[in-house]
Formats: sequence, C-alpha cells, structure tokens
Amino acid sequence: MTALASAPSAGATLDVAKIRADFPILSRTVRDDKPLVYLDSGATSQRPRQVLDAERTFLETSNAAVHRGAHALSEEATDAYESARERIAAFVGADVDEVVFTKNATEAINLVAYGMSNASVGDGVDAAAERFRLGPGDEVVTTEMEHHANLVPWQELCRRTGATLRWFSVTKDGRLDLENDPITERTKVVAFTHQSNVLGTVPPVEELVRRARAVGAYTVLDACQSVPHAPVDLHALGVDFAAFSGHKMLGPSGIGVLYGRRELLEALPPFLTGGSMIETVRMEGSTYAPPPARFEAGVPMTSQAIGLGAAVDYLNLIGMDAVKAHENELTGAALLKLQDLPGVSIIGPRSTEARGGAVAFEIEGIHPHDASQVLDDSGIAVRVGHHCAWPLHRAFGVQSSIRASFHVYNTLEEVDALVAGVRRAQEFFGVAP
Amino acid sequence: MKLDSMYQEIILDHYRNPHGRGLRDPFEAEVHHVNPTCGDEVTVRVHLTGGEGRDAKVEDLSYDALGCSISQAATSVAHDLLVGHTVGEAFETLEAYQAMVQSRGKVEPDEDVLDDAVAFAGVAAYPARVKCALLGWLAFKDAVAQAQASQAQASAQTGGTA
Ligand SMILES: Cc1ncc(COP(=O)(O)O)c(C=O)c1O
Repeated sequence: MTALASAPSAGATLDVAKIRADFPILSRTVRDDKPLVYLDSGATSQRPRQVLDAERTFLETSNAAVHRGAHALSEEATDAYESARERIAAFVGADVDEVVFTKNATEAINLVAYGMSNASVGDGVDAAAERFRLGPGDEVVTTEMEHHANLVPWQELCRRTGATLRWFSVTKDGRLDLENDPITERTKVVAFTHQSNVLGTVPPVEELVRRARAVGAYTVLDACQSVPHAPVDLHALGVDFAAFSGHKMLGPSGIGVLYGRRELLEALPPFLTGGSMIETVRMEGSTYAPPPARFEAGVPMTSQAIGLGAAVDYLNLIGMDAVKAHENELTGAALLKLQDLPGVSIIGPRSTEARGGAVAFEIEGIHPHDASQVLDDSGIAVRVGHHCAWPLHRAFGVQSSIRASFHVYNTLEEVDALVAGVRRAQEFFGVAP
Repeated sequence: MKLDSMYQEIILDHYRNPHGRGLRDPFEAEVHHVNPTCGDEVTVRVHLTGGEGRDAKVEDLSYDALGCSISQAATSVAHDLLVGHTVGEAFETLEAYQAMVQSRGKVEPDEDVLDDAVAFAGVAAYPARVKCALLGWLAFKDAVAQAQASQAQASAQTGGTA
C-alpha cells in the first residue's frame, strides 16, 4: 500500500495541517468563496485520499465478485475483502469471524433484532436459536438517548414478539439515570449507545454490561460514535453485539459492521437469505454457512470494505489515542466558548468528562434551522433538527437543536469560526444580548 | 447577500407578529402536520361556508405552530392570502406558491397572485428549506380535503335517510 506512505505519522501531537492535506474536500469553498468549516462529522465524516485511492486501486486492478469463481481476479478480490475484515476486526479488538459486513450500523442492529425475531416465530429455526426466543413477559431495555437506529428496531421486535420495551431515562445533565434501573429478571436484551450522537455522553459500558449479565440478558452496543473517535476494545468491554458504520470513521458509505461474540453469531438465525450464505440448498430446505458468511447474503459491497480497511489503516497510523486527545481538546474549547456566549445553552454534559465530541446547543430566540442558515452562509456545516434522536429532544423539552461535531481534521480555528458564526446569527436575528 | 434575500423584512415581520394565529371555532377539519427532519409542527383548522367543492368559501384558517421563522411566517402569509377566497382561488394561489418555492429559482413569481408570498422566492435557492415554507400551506390543503370529504359523507348519509 504505497498510498499509506504519505499518511501522517504517529505522535503525541497531531500535525493537523498535514492531515487536512489528505482530505481534498476540506480545501473547497462554499457559499460565495467561504472556506468550508466542516463540523458535521457526527453525521458523516470526510474521506482521506488514502481511502479513495484504495478503492480506486482495487477497482482498477482486482475487481471481481468475492467468494465466487476461481479465477485470478476473484482470488485477489476475496483476499482483499478478507484482509480488510481482519484489519477492521483487529481495530476494535475482535476476532476476524466475529465481524459481519453490513450496509451500515442501522442494518447491523436490524440484523440482530430480526435474527431474534426469526428465533421467536413458530418452532423457531433450530434448537441453537432457542436462546434468542422472545415472547410476552420478556423485556427489551434501551435508553432515552438512543439514535432511532437503536430504538425503532427494538420497538418493532417487541411488537412482533409480544415482548415489552423498557428504557433508562436521561438526567437533566445529560447522563443515563442509572438509579432507576429497568433491568430485571425479565430482561432479555439491553441495547445502548457507546456515545450519544447528540449529547456526546459516554455511558458506563462496564456497569451496564455487568447489570445485563447478572440477569442473563444480551447486550447490544451502538458503537457508531465511539469507534471512529477513540480506541475501542470490544472483547475488553464484554458486550455481546456491537454495530458501527464506515462512513463515520473516514471510510466509505455503504459499509457497516456488526460485531457478535462468536458463540452468539453461531446460534443467531440469519436475517437476509439467498446466495453466499448457504451450506447446502435443496428444494425442501437449506442449511447455512457458519458466520460471518451466514449473515452476508448476496454479492457484498467490496470496494467499500477495502476502503474501510484503508480508513482503519489511516486511523491506526495517527493512533486512536491521539485522535481522542485531539477531539477532546476541540470539544473542551467548544464547550467553554459556547457557554461563554450569552443566550447559548449546551444540551448535554458541560465538561469533557466521560464525553465525546458532539456538542448540541440552543440559541435563545433563534430557531435552530434559522441559526444554521446563518452558519451555512458563513461556510460552516453543522447539523440541525433532532438528529434522529427525537425522544431525547422531547426529554429535554426542545423540538430541535444545533449540533457541531468533530473529527481528527478539525482545528481550534474552526471552533472559533463556529463561535463567531453563532454571534453573527444572534446579530442577524436581532437577539444579540 | 443570499441570506438577506431569504430572510426578507416581510418574512421577519410575519415571524415576529404572526397574523391569524391561534386555533378558533367553528371549524370542519383540523390537521396536524410535522416536518420529520426537524420536528417542526403545525396544527391547522379550516372553516368553510357556502357552495361545494371549489365554490366553497374559506371563512377561516386558524393555526398553531412550532417552528422556524420560514415555516411560521409562511403560515401567517397563507392566512392572509387564503381566507375570504373560494377554495378554487385558494388552491390556485397555493399552486403558484408551491411552484415558486420548489422551482430552485426558475419560476418568476406572479406578484398579482402571490402578493406578500413573493417574499418566499428566496427560499427556492435553499432546497433544504422548501419543506419549511410549505408546511402550513400543505396542511391547509389537507384540511380542506378532509373537511369536504366529511361534508360529502355527511350529506350522502342525510340524503340517504331523507
Ligand atoms: C449513535 C448512532 N447510531 C446509529 C446511527 C446510524 O448510522 P447509519 O445511518 O450509518 O446506519 C448513527 C448515525 O447517524 C448514530 O450517530
């Protein structure tokens, strides 16, 4: 991989200028020649040249359908695809056969929910799947701070099986209310986020895993906002399942990952069925391949997997500790400076303690949509709305919010640009204090 | 500056002092519309009198709304432009308005038809805001359809027993 030779070198302090040079999009201008200030990596991150090059090189030299055929290209493509799986697995502290490629995190979570659903219908699929059976009297626990992707699939699973959904509430300061614990002997699944995409809050994973295990419930971790921004070791965390998306970690869209403990993936019924996931097929019925193949029906996304492999290589070269430290600095600066502005209030924890780089806020007297229009006019891209966490916004009594989110390529100057943009919005709408 | 073309003084005035706001009686239909991307909400009631179909008169359009300046102001302008007209006229105004905000700037607005609503032409340059500009207007259209459908049903029933 010659492209990697130009990747930034590991070190305590990041050379952000050098990193930014790897991201062609960051040098463009928007809205009448304003430099782009991209503060929406929580929605999707930008991709370095190394990722784009890896996809292009693959497509120009080795493209073929993986795990089919025996010609030279097919072998190369399969090797490249499986090599990406190995590096991605290592990146999150998993074994290679515990990593299933999906379209995105949403599909990964649905895969688990539908697998459980399939284990719950009629006689179930087979004896091994019995452990995932849910029915009336069983409960699924989630939290009020989830992205819809880690809430709606569980609502639907409950609806189909007759199980009941319960949840942890959120405290005023944006933490999970661990005192009022909905986990009981009836709980079969505990699904929770590793980092809120709105509040930035990082819940105590070890404690939640401990409580779930104590009652024999499976844990499902939404790692969408953690894996891209900090070192994550899924084996050490001890969760049963985890999901994340490539496009939030400098990789391509169209690729996500489901992690599952091997023993569980071996027992979980398939979600999508068809080619590539079978062992034998007869008109009367079929048997299925072992995981991860069992969960990868059809010709998979290939260049995207290879691109995600390259993204992981790129992040490894920088070092996830350095990524985390850098984003922590940006988050700390944004929290301080925004709180200093009269009329601005942060939604979520106000310090960087157990918190990542999503900073949601409100500006008194300005609807978030209107504020973001002024920010956009200054070249600043932020997210507005409920960020797919509507119940969370309801819990805070707000309809929507503005969210700035960071990645390794953002700078302190961009935090200052955000602060200046907020001031400009206050002046534009005549609410400047 | 584009920003000023979107946030014209007329729009900010309607936003700060909305016309006809509040839910009133009587009404034949009430609808609740939400913009699922931002959570903005509007509740619209219509009161129709006189003739049938497009000949009925829009006696009142009352509303309650939570949302950005564009969606709030647009609903306020809808109240001004649609009340007192026949359903047919109101729908013509609505179509002209919808064509303008969805045109990405390609439709030259007719000030005779759209009056204050021409101020929303600047929104057409920002596709992400078009839904905001349409929220209250499309709720009105839906409310009229529901009001007339239930009236038709009611008269069919009384017609049947008469
Ligand atoms: C916390 C969290 N979970 C899940 C998702 C869903 O990710 P995707 O849309 O890539 O499936 C997101 C992305 O917005 C997220 O931030």
